[in-house]
Amino acid sequence: MLDLGGANAADGEILDAPLYGPRSYRVFGDDALAKHFLEISMGPHHPSTHGVFRMDVVLDGETVVRLKPVFGYLHRNHEKLAETMSWLAAIPYTDRLDYFCSMTNNWAYVLAVEKLAGIAVPERAEYIRVIVGELTRLVNHICLAGFLLADLGALGTPLLYAFREREKILDIFEEISGARMMCNYMRFGGVRVDLSPEALQKIHRIAERFPFFLDEFEALVSRNEILLSRCQGVGVLPRHLAVNAGVTGPMLRASGVDYDLRKVDRYGIYDRFEFRVPLGEHGDVYDRYMVRILEMRESVAILRQALAQIPEKGEIMNPQAKLRNLRPKPGEIYSRIESPKGELGFYLISDGGPCPYRYRVRPPSFINLTVLEDMCLGQKIADVIVIFGSVDIVLGEVDR
Amino acid sequence: MDDWLKSELQRAGVFVTTLEWVYNQSRRSSVWPLQFGLACCAIEMIATAAARYDLARFGAEVFRPTPRQADLMIVAGTVTKKMAPQVVRIYNQMPEPKYVIAMGACAISGGPFKQGYNVLKGIDRFIPVDVHIPGCPPRPEALLNALMFLQRKIDRQTLGAAQPLRWYDPMDRAEFPVPACGAHDLVPTHTRAIWKPEASPRPLT
Amino acid sequence: MNTERFAAQFPQMQWDAATSSWIVPHQSLLEIALFLKTDPEFRMDLLSNVAGVDWLSSKEKVRGEDGKPVERERPGYLEVVYHFYSVSAKQGPIVLRCRTDGRATPILPSITPLYRSAEFQEREIYDLYGIVFSGHPDLRRILMWDEFEDFPMRKDYVSPDDYEWEPTPHDDVLERARQHRREEERRRA
Repeated sequence: MLDLGGANAADGEILDAPLYGPRSYRVFGDDALAKHFLEISMGPHHPSTHGVFRMDVVLDGETVVRLKPVFGYLHRNHEKLAETMSWLAAIPYTDRLDYFCSMTNNWAYVLAVEKLAGIAVPERAEYIRVIVGELTRLVNHICLAGFLLADLGALGTPLLYAFREREKILDIFEEISGARMMCNYMRFGGVRVDLSPEALQKIHRIAERFPFFLDEFEALVSRNEILLSRCQGVGVLPRHLAVNAGVTGPMLRASGVDYDLRKVDRYGIYDRFEFRVPLGEHGDVYDRYMVRILEMRESVAILRQALAQIPEKGEIMNPQAKLRNLRPKPGEIYSRIESPKGELGFYLISDGGPCPYRYRVRPPSFINLTVLEDMCLGQKIADVIVIFGSVDIVLGEVDR
Repeated sequence: MDDWLKSELQRAGVFVTTLEWVYNQSRRSSVWPLQFGLACCAIEMIATAAARYDLARFGAEVFRPTPRQADLMIVAGTVTKKMAPQVVRIYNQMPEPKYVIAMGACAISGGPFKQGYNVLKGIDRFIPVDVHIPGCPPRPEALLNALMFLQRKIDRQTLGAAQPLRWYDPMDRAEFPVPACGAHDLVPTHTRAIWKPEASPRPLT
Repeated sequence: MNTERFAAQFPQMQWDAATSSWIVPHQSLLEIALFLKTDPEFRMDLLSNVAGVDWLSSKEKVRGEDGKPVERERPGYLEVVYHFYSVSAKQGPIVLRCRTDGRATPILPSITPLYRSAEFQEREIYDLYGIVFSGHPDLRRILMWDEFEDFPMRKDYVSPDDYEWEPTPHDDVLERARQHRREEERRRA
């Protein structure tokens, strides 16, 4: 475990790191490609690319010598569309960015607009946001574990277990927002619907039982010999490269960098909860898997504290907040939160009009893919799928 | 043969039916979908295949990664203009008989992203669609319903010479032209044989 | 963070109070970024966000030579905004903005040799805004296909005329419908 809080030798490592340029462009020329390398195009229709993602892989035997990600097969023009519609109307579109974590996407956008327009949020709404945000983190991480194991060849069973837990949480989301996946739940200055006592009771039950599910899941797979041998030492991401390439979220922490925006920025009311930030040591696929498992346990801890502290009654919407015809003063804001995938930021420019002048999403999974080639070079083609699965991307967010 | 004789024979252990029924029954009970997800709806498709909704009850749980072994293409999610040629190409690679379910608003018409510059306004511009499921995303129950609808559609197919099945016609390849990515848009923007732009029914002022 | 020292080091920068950012001439962008990255006080090792912005030409009021307000045409330009954070010192952000000379042939230096995180983001800006980043190792289109010629995120982009009738048209959709109708009539005539 490394502490980056003060000045120490580890800091120098980041600063003095060589200037990283993409490495593989200089590996060989096209004539070398014609001789004995094999270029294959994985995707966009491939069962393990988590959607419509494509990689142009050049192989020497089974070893990867070049890997170029190709994006854009799900480029749905989120930014352009949001610049033509009102500030409020963009909220349901944020649901469809990272379609596993609609709640945290809502939160990131709403938080940015609140900062831009200066809207306060009532206390109960802040607690509700933390509760649904952490539930979203549970959904995302457990599904990631399921998909990663499916990529490893454990087809079916772990994913079915993961989706079983996901359904329990989605039931709560459906109860409070009316939709399973696309919740469209948060508004500027609060949330749309209050949590009923029954819903709180259900969340209590999840907070109680989820650790037991995790124990069961871990007993089944975490010490599995195949998992260990396929994940340990595979796809190592050095920490200076991780920071330099803008990698954030569990992937950065798996490389041993202590950087969790819930601790650093303390947005919302995250300064009221006690939780630990799990860090990896080696930065390989197994660390990325374990960091997420441990993060789920911390999320459950946050859930428990939030459920204990949430005020019994109170406003859930700031009555002064204006939803329709919102026209923030001219200005700009960059606001970011710790989404389950990493640093999800919104960069908004207002010109005082009814719609944003510039609406930019800083997608964590898109930028985390910068290092995909560096992690895969020299590995076998079968490991590329595993490394790619451990990055945790969702194409809706990568291509927007 | 009337029903009375049929039931009498059944009592004696003889099952009498038409060849057509056997043919349709065996095909409708093993519709293998293509493992092919585009966007958000694909997650609901996985949820449908998972334990709670259990697509296996309808014989459609065998998701095939290759189009050569699939009967059904579930277009689950937004089809972008960059992706549309690939979708058509995969459809062309599927063997007959093949069916298409357009799952979700995006696959039907572009949905919430309809006005985007890179979003195809409905996959039925390029390939014929059998069942449309509205919703954003549709619930798993809706996908199950669509599958049952498709099964009823399969039941209605006859082997008789009056309405010969399309895929026994050697001239009908059921392959559609793959659009090319042009300088500003797809070329062509739709396949004329299967889709005509709808005229606006009321006058625009 | 002692931003005064930063400002004194690079007098060519201009502080924009309205957006809390530094307007940086593109000749010295790399130099300033290198300072931010290596200076022991700032240690801005994370380039979090790179965003392109399109500013069309507009009318602005300035004080003329005789002291009276004069309306003047402000030429349009493209802008790239960089948000720097420090992971090791847990501070930030420092916001730099870099403007192009006009919108016709926008060229800016690439920051990718210093920060890998800009690699895909600069490609995206090149794709959607058409800013050419000199020194970028692999500047290709990233989201749109290679044959595409327009820059769709620019404010003056006109999307292809593929309007189809909708049951609930409104505002700009209705406007597109009218345009489509005019286009069709012109084609018929």
